[in-house]
Amino acid sequence: MPILEIKDLKAGIAGREILRGVNLTIAPGEVHAIMGPNGSGKSTLAQVLAGRDTYVVTGGEVRLNGRDLLELSPEERACEGLFLAFQYPVEIPGVSTSYFLKAALNAVRKYHGEPELDAMDFLKLMKQKMKLLDMDASFLSRAVNEGFSGGEKKRNEILQMAVLDPKLAILDETDSGLDIDALRIVAGGVNSLRGPDRGILLVTHYQRLLNYIVPDYVHVLRDGQIIKSGDKNLALELEARGYGWLEEPAAAH
Amino acid sequence: MPTDTGTIESLANKEYEWGFVTDIDADALPKGLNEDIIREISRRKDEPEFLLEFRLKAYRHWLTMVPPQWANIKHPPINFQDIIYYSAPKSKKKLASLDEVDPELLRTYAKLGVPLAEQKLLANVAVDAVFDSVSVATTFKAKLAEMGVIFGSFSEAVKTHPELVRKYLGSVVPYSDNFYATLNSAVFSDGSFCFVPKGVRCPMELSTYFRINAKETGQFERTLIIAEEGAYVSYLEGCTAPMRDENQLHAAVVELVALDNAQIKYSTVQNWYPGDKQGKGGIYNFVTKRGKCLGQNSRISWTQVETGSAITWKYPSVILQGDNSIGEFYSVALANNYQQADTGTKMIHIGRNTRSTIVSKGISAGHGQNTYRGLVKVLKGAANARNYTQCDSLLLGDQCGAHTFPYIEMKNTTSRAEHEASTSKIGEDQLFYCKQRGIALEDAVNMIINGFCKEVFKELPMEFAVEAQKLLGVSLEGSVG
Ligand SMILES: Nc1ncnc2c1ncn2[C@@H]1O[C@H](COP(=O)(O)OP(=O)(O)O)[C@@H](O)[C@H]1O
Ligand SMILES: [Mg+2]
Repeated sequence: MPILEIKDLKAGIAGREILRGVNLTIAPGEVHAIMGPNGSGKSTLAQVLAGRDTYVVTGGEVRLNGRDLLELSPEERACEGLFLAFQYPVEIPGVSTSYFLKAALNAVRKYHGEPELDAMDFLKLMKQKMKLLDMDASFLSRAVNEGFSGGEKKRNEILQMAVLDPKLAILDETDSGLDIDALRIVAGGVNSLRGPDRGILLVTHYQRLLNYIVPDYVHVLRDGQIIKSGDKNLALELEARGYGWLEEPAAAH
Repeated sequence: MPTDTGTIESLANKEYEWGFVTDIDADALPKGLNEDIIREISRRKDEPEFLLEFRLKAYRHWLTMVPPQWANIKHPPINFQDIIYYSAPKSKKKLASLDEVDPELLRTYAKLGVPLAEQKLLANVAVDAVFDSVSVATTFKAKLAEMGVIFGSFSEAVKTHPELVRKYLGSVVPYSDNFYATLNSAVFSDGSFCFVPKGVRCPMELSTYFRINAKETGQFERTLIIAEEGAYVSYLEGCTAPMRDENQLHAAVVELVALDNAQIKYSTVQNWYPGDKQGKGGIYNFVTKRGKCLGQNSRISWTQVETGSAITWKYPSVILQGDNSIGEFYSVALANNYQQADTGTKMIHIGRNTRSTIVSKGISAGHGQNTYRGLVKVLKGAANARNYTQCDSLLLGDQCGAHTFPYIEMKNTTSRAEHEASTSKIGEDQLFYCKQRGIALEDAVNMIINGFCKEVFKELPMEFAVEAQKLLGVSLEGSVG
């Protein structure tokens, strides 16, 4: 059974369709990249999958591990194993990163009928995951994303992903705003989370990230539709030729 | 006696609905206020002459006053002749078991994590031997007495230490201060008295004791706390679990005096009945709280978490008289449904190098109206005085309001006052971020609000901060989403 199965998904905001029939299937263990020019609907797709109610789904269906995703609330989706690394991580003043993450982890555990982690076990887990991302322990006591640099915010997203151990991870422009060292660290973190049971959907504008996280499949989203799919070489081709050559209908075939 | 819980529930709600319960018992004086009533109060309490004089002076002055109109609150006029000003501290009818308590109240206790024994105490159920409040209180008192700390009810102190009461009563809030304080001075019932002698550091938060004794707080409370040279005391007022109270009007006075190098920390968590979702009922809370940093290097801090009452009218203040003295005010005020809070502080800088800090966090939800009103006054002699004020407002929804009125009066050119203010809405993006991590809406709101209040909560004693957090959650239940 695929981890994620999107069939003819249509969604938008009041009076405007942004996603115009998206089809995508991700099997366990696969890493898919969605590329596309600015404004093509990549973030919209990520947000719709996560359940943001700014967007209205007008058609199609989505299954997560066979379960109807669209009927679940955002928090249920999260508890069912869907994780979104935000393009713009949100600041929560006064709430420490460790408090936030512990609340999240325990909410997910509770959902699955598992006991809550106590402070000691939680700290142990955090230390282990933070090492993976070369993060300093002082992170934990800082307020969620408040005063974080762009790179720190992105690392924090990956840290959360590592701690929450999702079945499907969607990473929205995780590479943007990262210098090369930070990019390596973040990519290393993501790669370490690749595994036979997990699906990963990378949303990116540039192919740069894909040098570090090599995808199994690459899709091009344009005007709310996937207009081309291929393997990692498609990304290289896009890098060399831009998105323009895809415009001419049939010419690419 | 009704046995069915439904009946009890409706009775309990009815009490709230009508606010003023005029269920006269044998120990009460008739309704209304005149000199005879005041003389009678004083006689029944067997008070010394000076106290009767104080009450009468206040009463005569009160007759010349009108209720203040400047606050950003609305309520129907209060008929002061329709209130009973004295009823002997009667114990409410004891209930036989928790089964007889309003189940909604019990649900709230459970959410707050109030231990069962304490739930019984709060709900006025006969307490079993496991939790013997009287003996606990006595143990505390004995320990304090050993160190020379005097701590007990105000009435008791009038009997045992009249000279101290006489010396300090009205020394910070004069009998003529304002309409409600003057009324209190005339008719106050009881309250707490605390005296910490020179050089003594009070070894415990004076909260546990108070909490145990908080089951019958009066309508016109009077509290006096004195810290002599070098003394320290942390005092905790209030109770985190909701108290049933049948008096609609509360007008308390609290006076604090800190001598040289003394420190007083006064923390309040107020969770009185706020009225129902339609704004019916609820307590009107008109309080005058003021501290005087009389001595050099003295320090007074007010920390308050105000989540209850239909109306909160409250400005805990500090008079910074001694050189180098410090005044602090940390406040979280919540106005949900139809609650109205007009609260803030006054920092009066008189001595040199005096410092004050004001951190105010206002949360408005539903149709709640939250007003910060603060005055920083620097007198001519207050060279190098410093004030820092930070006022943040958080709005949940778009029917509520936040208002700030910071007043600054500077008479000394070497002094500085700094003011920062912000108003924000609880962000849809913040909520979505939390939900995407699996956190339920209600918990997300709680978390964001507690983050907003963190600077104030960290001033509260640890266990109380935890309870205050839970309390905010309960008070805001259902206001988002
Ligand atoms: N909340 C929104 N309100 C209005 N327009 C939106 C909203 N979200 C996305 N759009 C529009 O939908 C299109 C796709 O946006 P987005 O999904 O952010 O693209 P991408 O992530 O591929 O750059 C853009 O034209 C954008 O302006
Ligand atoms: Mg985007």
